[in-house]
Amino acid sequence: MSTLTGSTGRGDRRGILPWLAVPALLFFVGFAVVPLVGVLLLSFTTWDGIGDIHPSGLTSWRAVLTDPGLPHALWVTFLVMAVSWAVQTPASILLGTFLAGRQRYRAVLSLIYFVPLLLSSAAIAVAYKALLDPNFGLGAGLGTEWLSKDWLGRPWLAFGVVVFIVSWQFIPFHSLIYQGGVQQIPRSLYEAAELDGAGRIRQFFSITLPQLKYTIITSSTLMVIGSLTFFDLIFVLTEGGPGDATRVLALDMYKRGFQANLMGPASAIAVVLVLMGLAIALLLRRLGGRDAGESQLEGA
Amino acid sequence: MEIHLSRRTLLGLAAGVPASAALAACGSSGPGKGGDGGSATYWHLSGQPQEGVRTGAVERFNDANPKGQIQVTTFENDAYKTKIKTAIGAGKAPTIIWGWGGGTLRSYVEADQVDDLTPWFDQNPEIKNRLFPSSFGAATVDGRIYAMPFESVEPIVLFYNKRVFDDVGVEPPQSWDDIMALVPRFNAAGIAPFSLGGQSRWTNMMWLEFLFDRIGGPEVFQAVFDGEKDAWSHPAAIDALTKVQDLVKADGFIKGFSSITADSNADQALLYTDKAAMMLHGSWSYGIQQTEGGDFVSGGGLGFMNFPPVEGGKGDPGNSVGNPAQYLSISSKASAEQKKIAKDFFATGVLTDAEVKEWIGTGAVPIAKGSEKLLAASESAEFLQFVYGIASNAKTFGQSWDQALSPTAAETLLDNIARLFQLSVSPQQFTDNLNEVIGK
Repeated sequence: MSTLTGSTGRGDRRGILPWLAVPALLFFVGFAVVPLVGVLLLSFTTWDGIGDIHPSGLTSWRAVLTDPGLPHALWVTFLVMAVSWAVQTPASILLGTFLAGRQRYRAVLSLIYFVPLLLSSAAIAVAYKALLDPNFGLGAGLGTEWLSKDWLGRPWLAFGVVVFIVSWQFIPFHSLIYQGGVQQIPRSLYEAAELDGAGRIRQFFSITLPQLKYTIITSSTLMVIGSLTFFDLIFVLTEGGPGDATRVLALDMYKRGFQANLMGPASAIAVVLVLMGLAIALLLRRLGGRDAGESQLEGA
Repeated sequence: MEIHLSRRTLLGLAAGVPASAALAACGSSGPGKGGDGGSATYWHLSGQPQEGVRTGAVERFNDANPKGQIQVTTFENDAYKTKIKTAIGAGKAPTIIWGWGGGTLRSYVEADQVDDLTPWFDQNPEIKNRLFPSSFGAATVDGRIYAMPFESVEPIVLFYNKRVFDDVGVEPPQSWDDIMALVPRFNAAGIAPFSLGGQSRWTNMMWLEFLFDRIGGPEVFQAVFDGEKDAWSHPAAIDALTKVQDLVKADGFIKGFSSITADSNADQALLYTDKAAMMLHGSWSYGIQQTEGGDFVSGGGLGFMNFPPVEGGKGDPGNSVGNPAQYLSISSKASAEQKKIAKDFFATGVLTDAEVKEWIGTGAVPIAKGSEKLLAASESAEFLQFVYGIASNAKTFGQSWDQALSPTAAETLLDNIARLFQLSVSPQQFTDNLNEVIGK
């Protein structure tokens, strides 16, 4: 494709630039497009993961779309997405703004806050599972009544625990993004506001938040798309239980594909997941305004 | 049914190939590794004390056969079940496939992934004849044998903690009504009547296996297995499902059972730490409690019995359910050389006298004929003879449901069992959901 631009005569100088995209493109095609097409094809087949693949038209899709488990899994996925977004975003913005200060103690604190980022989800899940064990966990060990609840055995408690751990794990990451965002806001804005007599809180709502608009969109996109494919933590922590209280779509897909040997329906769910992810990402971009590249400093 | 021993759920799940597995593979490849005779691969479950017996058998074989080595990789139970399926589907199966027989083996057979061992057994009748005949049922698909039974017979038994029975001043249950009468007694004493690792789901299933059998006899599940239409709707099935929910409602199971996994052995720890009075579990649990329970087993704290009868039930109270054996198959994709090594291993390396003794040492009854004579000399003689008695006297020794059924039907079953214990489906909904996957 780059040779074409080169042949127009004027593009000689930038002839090398398109080539730089080739490695990324190859990876994208190899690890995203090809598997995606494969999954799409598989969703129209019957395959137990072991034997031969038989084309079966819409059988898998019909099975998935009529299964009452699907709306439930969609609902749980949506709830995890919405609640964890609602918990993480305000907390991350506040923490990020706080950490953007130049004081030394804030730098030390930010180091501590980022510790959860260093741990793998599986390790976090195993650790929390042990801590929350109703018989051998923290509550039983310390003898405290309010801690020794059946955290992972009651549907809504288990759901709350999942959201809490997700937040605990990812708030540091999003705080990091917001910290960067806040530090890019020109000091002159705050100085002008101070001259006009605006207090700290007024500055936060009138300068910091509006200036963080695109950071919020970026962080929200990551959160929402991330929670769509959330799997490892829930799998280790509850396996979707109790019952199906925390059975999110990604887990549903895994269980159908790799435990029930139904690769066709599992692929259909995977396609649903991809479509949902794309739709939400597009929606969030739209929310950010038509031209994401426009200046954030208009009127500054 | 499965053997859960490892605490390394983390490693097992963090990656398809746990680090422990890689380490085990290095450790057991032995001095003569590489060699000019090529080597076969063998995957099996991790977790002591069973893992040590398995790798020990391979080490002895490798020492005796420097030209035909076997390389072992071990996996934690749940990780293994997924890994082996994926590997077989991808054509990357190990030469020797360790498994549970039954419905999963059938799915391998139908995909032509494992070798038919019938001719080999016909040529080597002495190998077939030294194993318990009852162990071949789950290795047989449409009249052909696709796996070699080995290791030990593992019925599900009712374990109980004699210490807490003495403290509360009650006797072990002789019937279902006794069980229901014991529940409030133990609850009043602040002890959970039954321990249960409910998140693992197959642990709950054991309750249904026995209740179905005791109430309606083995033919109730046999009808499901045979794919008869609406077989789950049998009146005995509804009765059994209702009884189990009654037990849940009466707080018969430990608080938080639905978030306890058997993989971590927490359910067994509840029994030997006196937090629970009874536990329905596989006989392999004996070895685990012996290893981890301090002086619980050696001090005579552990009691065991077959599941008691249900009043008015048709099933024979001597019947049992569990794993008739473990099974070894040979991948059809292996090279001729690898298959030869595997068969040599089956013939000379599996259930050798040394291995039989080691199984007995772990509190298990090996399926090699004649090993019953060795049981009395063991320090676990009482338990071993009890297990041997169940295995040899049961009119019906059912295979665990999740192993007998196809993986598709088994997953639906386990899923609904979890909901049944969660009281989120009624017995009627349960049977409706399962009737839909009969024969699938």
